[in-house]
Amino acid sequence: MKILTGNDLRSGAVTWWNGSGWSLFVDDAVDVGKDAEEILAREEAARRVNVPYVIEASIDAAGHVRPAHIKDRVRALGPTVRRDLAVPTAQKTGWDWVI
Amino acid sequence: MYRYDQYDQAMVDARVAEFRDQARRRLEGKLTEDQFKPLRLMNGLYLQLHAYMLRVAIPYGTLDSRQLEKLADIADKYDRGYGHFTTRQNIQYNWIKLEDAADILAELASVEMHAIQTSGNCIRNISSDHFAGAAADEVVDPRPYAELMRQWSSFHPEFSYLPRKFKIAVIASEKDRAAMRLHDIGIRIVKRGAEVGAEVYAGGGMGRTPMVAPLIRDFVALDQLITYAEAALRVYNRYGRRDNKYKARIKILVHELGAAEYTRQVEEEFAHLLSVGVEPPLAELERIKAHFAPPPFVSSEVETPFEQHLSTILEANGGQGSAFGRWVRRNTHPHKAPGYVSAVISLKPAGGIPGDATSEQMRLVAKLARDHSFDELRVMHTQNLLLPHVRIADLPAVWQALDEAGLGSPNMDTIEDIIACPGLDYCSLANARSIPLAQRISERFAETGRTEVVGELKLKISGCINACGHHHAGHIGILGVDKKGVENYQLSLGGSEAEDVSLAKITGPGFDEDGVIAAVEKVTDVYLAKRSDGERFLDTYRRIGMEPFKEALYG
Repeated sequence: MKILTGNDLRSGAVTWWNGSGWSLFVDDAVDVGKDAEEILAREEAARRVNVPYVIEASIDAAGHVRPAHIKDRVRALGPTVRRDLAVPTAQKTGWDWVI
Repeated sequence: MYRYDQYDQAMVDARVAEFRDQARRRLEGKLTEDQFKPLRLMNGLYLQLHAYMLRVAIPYGTLDSRQLEKLADIADKYDRGYGHFTTRQNIQYNWIKLEDAADILAELASVEMHAIQTSGNCIRNISSDHFAGAAADEVVDPRPYAELMRQWSSFHPEFSYLPRKFKIAVIASEKDRAAMRLHDIGIRIVKRGAEVGAEVYAGGGMGRTPMVAPLIRDFVALDQLITYAEAALRVYNRYGRRDNKYKARIKILVHELGAAEYTRQVEEEFAHLLSVGVEPPLAELERIKAHFAPPPFVSSEVETPFEQHLSTILEANGGQGSAFGRWVRRNTHPHKAPGYVSAVISLKPAGGIPGDATSEQMRLVAKLARDHSFDELRVMHTQNLLLPHVRIADLPAVWQALDEAGLGSPNMDTIEDIIACPGLDYCSLANARSIPLAQRISERFAETGRTEVVGELKLKISGCINACGHHHAGHIGILGVDKKGVENYQLSLGGSEAEDVSLAKITGPGFDEDGVIAAVEKVTDVYLAKRSDGERFLDTYRRIGMEPFKEALYG
């Protein structure tokens, strides 16, 4: 599946396209399929999110949306070395999910 | 230390106001990210994996307690209660909001600090020997010259859009504690007879193409130093490549032209500039020097020989083998003033994150500086902090306070004193995580008690080829790479960023995370088995070569 991600303009926080807006939780990300470029163009013009981009992802066995690349999995949860600063998603997935 | 005059303050205040307006326009949607990005980068504001990151300049690593307390306040008010000290003597905040950035810059300006030129293709923060102004072996305090260069390079209109970023280090002793020859320009203040001048090196650097800077001038008179630096930059600005960012650093120009031809062109430009008269008046240097006058050291202990005095203090506090004794032996450095030492504050607790300090730790260090170090502090490129002027008699109290705050690790220049970049845990450029390796290695060596046995061993970890973790200069270096989406680590041996500078060589195929930690242990096993009396790891490597290590790793 293809999902969209970027960083919120005001806070810089990692965000995921949920079909109607931007969510802080990767599990809210939806498959944008062939609409990716159209949504990206529209959202770039809206200037709410910095440099949104499309990535590959999958649904793992537990039902979580899992970005294909480790960099985006680190973005999804937070720094692996400061688990106290993680987004709440991390509590559901566990940190092994990143590697 | 240097204090802003009206011009410094006016420049910084004007930049804050300018950035506030730029940020407002971005937040209102009137600027695109493409338009805004170069503006925010000029003010040290990056966008990293999880948030904006602000890099604050700490010129030549010198701070006072008021400034460190401000950095602690910013960590609490605008970030998440901590900061990260970098390998170029700066501090980074990892969780900054764009809507707060201008307010943070205003708070920094209130204590004579800023984030200007901590990013972009310009002359970056001037770095220096962290023991400057205190070291027993320095010719002079190099910081006035670093400050002069800071003023010359700040907003220099001709050098605001260089082919690539440009880093300068200034030192003033035979010992190189600033990786001077791994900078774009390295300056060593030297004495020729009674005259003080500068050796100039150009074209060093780490990154994807590491180079050791060759000497291009063995003596520049100090009243021509800025003119010579200007000439070196001009030649680079004119001929450095702008078509390929990977070949745009000055090291590539110097390498491709050859040091002799580059030097010839610099000398030609230097002669021209001398006729133009770009050198600031010596009176300005003298004005700056006055800010760096030595503090009023207490001379009551002068009559007692240093070792005897230190021995008395040690015996009264548990002896050489005590935790305090180990810290004194490992973390203090000889001082130019009798009765004093410089004390290294380790930001490398076993299992900790190299370079991170909480706001509470920063406030404690600020208090110690105020109470015990003439209100002076230093940031070290090794990602530690330093109290430059501590009376030997004060060491027990200083150590006890540090130890209670988790800052008393006796590990300077040991395998626990690891330099590590933020890596893939924070950095958008990284390919692999650096910090977890540092944590596991330091923990492993601390637990097994091998740190002291191994002695001096500088281990440096970078999460990508940009080499912010100085892996090329590690006695042991580790580089994280992306191997088909999986973290992989290349091991290298034999680097040094000191006066015996050398570039590390890769051992062979890379390892996964567990594998590279095991590899570090194997490498130290070889060293312990092969070392002669008094040899450091680096000495043994240089004597026996790579083969015994490769045999242990891959044989």
